[in-house]
Amino acid sequence: MLKLLDGPQTLGRGRIFWSGFLAVLAGALIYPLFADSYDVGNFAYFLIWIFMALGLCLMWGYGGMLSFGQTFFFGIAGYGYGVLAINMGGGTATIAALVLSVVIAMIAAGILGYFMIWGGISGIFFGIVTLSATLVLAFFLGQTAGPEWHIGPARLNGFNGMKGMDPLTVGDFDIEGSALYYVMIALIVVVYIALRMLMNSSVGNVIVATRENPQRAEMLGYDVRKYQLLTFVIGSGLAGLSGALYTSWGQFITPSSIGLPAAAMPIVWVAFSGRNDLTATLVGSFLLLFGFQTITVYSQQAALVLMGALLLATVMLAPQGFVLGIGKLVVGWWGRRRRRDEAAALADTARLQSDET
Amino acid sequence: MSAELFSVFYQFADVFAFLILSAAGLAIVFGMMGVINMAHGEFIMCGAYVTVGLVNLGVPLPIAQILAALTAGIIGMIVEFLIVRRFYKRPLDSLLATWGLSLIVTQSMLLIVGSAVRGIGTPEGSFAIGGYTFSTYRLVLFFCAVAVLAGLYIIFMKTRFGVIARATMQNAAMAKALGARTGRIYSISFGIGTALAGLCGALYAPTMTLIPTMGATFVVESFVTVVIGGANVLLGTAPAAVFLAMIRMALNASYGQIIGQIGMLFAVILIIRVLPEGLSSVLVRRGR
Repeated sequence: MLKLLDGPQTLGRGRIFWSGFLAVLAGALIYPLFADSYDVGNFAYFLIWIFMALGLCLMWGYGGMLSFGQTFFFGIAGYGYGVLAINMGGGTATIAALVLSVVIAMIAAGILGYFMIWGGISGIFFGIVTLSATLVLAFFLGQTAGPEWHIGPARLNGFNGMKGMDPLTVGDFDIEGSALYYVMIALIVVVYIALRMLMNSSVGNVIVATRENPQRAEMLGYDVRKYQLLTFVIGSGLAGLSGALYTSWGQFITPSSIGLPAAAMPIVWVAFSGRNDLTATLVGSFLLLFGFQTITVYSQQAALVLMGALLLATVMLAPQGFVLGIGKLVVGWWGRRRRRDEAAALADTARLQSDET
Repeated sequence: MSAELFSVFYQFADVFAFLILSAAGLAIVFGMMGVINMAHGEFIMCGAYVTVGLVNLGVPLPIAQILAALTAGIIGMIVEFLIVRRFYKRPLDSLLATWGLSLIVTQSMLLIVGSAVRGIGTPEGSFAIGGYTFSTYRLVLFFCAVAVLAGLYIIFMKTRFGVIARATMQNAAMAKALGARTGRIYSISFGIGTALAGLCGALYAPTMTLIPTMGATFVVESFVTVVIGGANVLLGTAPAAVFLAMIRMALNASYGQIIGQIGMLFAVILIIRVLPEGLSSVLVRRGR
């Protein structure tokens, strides 16, 4: 199993990369000891969105399916968690609400994905249909202000959004503040490692083959559509995980986290970071979220203008993504210097190898 | 009885006009370059704002609307020159680039203009058939939509530019080899597309509240119409609009706007499952 951690589909390998990984993880684990609880809560907030970005990276970078519908599944699971948590009562049932809401998002992804993928929708149209579904959901939830819109005791509340659900709880212990932070860190490590293993396994290689050339993959005997649907369901499920965690973190969710401009944000993070690699997406999304949050305090519009400008700049200057590009430059420079200093044979351990694309 | 019939036609015409006017510009750009212009809604917004601005300065409404469409067209050609031109080989990247542009424009407008602008009222005038009263302006919109379709038909089927443009659509490299200046064709087509978007905004400006995010009201309708229409834009858009308008009208009448929109989306998802190439593929096959 552990062999699957390194492979041709993911960048970063060898002792140096993994020592760095462990160092960052250790830093993240001891961070709450030095920071006040407000900052820790904020950090947990950034981490919520990472799952959505990793899911999009999987679908778009590895699967070649550009989904504009991450916030669609984010919203389904976010509202799902709220409705379930209110209906089932608080306490440990919130864990079940979290799991169920992600499952609901994945079922929705399965249905939408079936119609699109078996209908032969790809490329631009895939984005358009997912975006249309997202916007319609946002409009729909926006007009559910009246008292007739409720599921059990849970009121949907239109533009003001749903509130009053319990946060994640085990027994009497609310998972909030630094406890939530540790849960996020653990989830991110698990998801990141699992996605790395998935992509370097035979299934992952078929997914990449589908991106490269669907016809050829089909000729080799793979039912391309099943692999695409699998990718879509996993990627959307991760968006759902973000949504459910978001609702639990703030105990509210509004339609504005589904519609525009929210729907564009995952695209910006992943495009800027470098869609072809999980690690680049992880690092880049975190940096962007951090920057965005810092600027939003002064002006939300200015922050969004900056996001738009970043997307435009990425596409025009570095179509493969800035973080990925800078990462490759640094590692290439590091590799060359080491080769000059030491035996050439050692250099391979540090060099990042890019896949063919 | 004839009054009820007219009322049904009137509701159909209303939705049909909305679909055609909001989708025409997008369809032209998509048909020519295979690019979905994600900033389409922002060009619509631009048309609406220019119209309202000019009317508030005292310019008569029809002239303001024409000027607004021209403004959107010129801005479109500038955008084509600066951004879209670089991405003809990479349609997905142009989608992202125009989306970035759309974010920048919407949010800058919110920063600069603020959220509300003094609107202009819908032109007065109504007529009565049987016991029902209808607004004249809604019918004007319908005739404008028909005029846009007719205009596009004439431009693309009856003029020299149209022949070259269709040749470029079919095979850009071959058209270029035969001496067509494909770059200029792209630029003009993009300009026509954004001018039509501007016209849409200009025509609907008197009927709605102006906010910088108003483009989003139009994008779903224009996207799905183009998706259903399929690759052959000239053949596909009008039947797609007729079809969607029927569904939408029936649902609007009995369940309200939002169910109409959701129903339309479901219809679209079902149709692409059955007809992945869109309606125009069926029409083209019949025609052969």
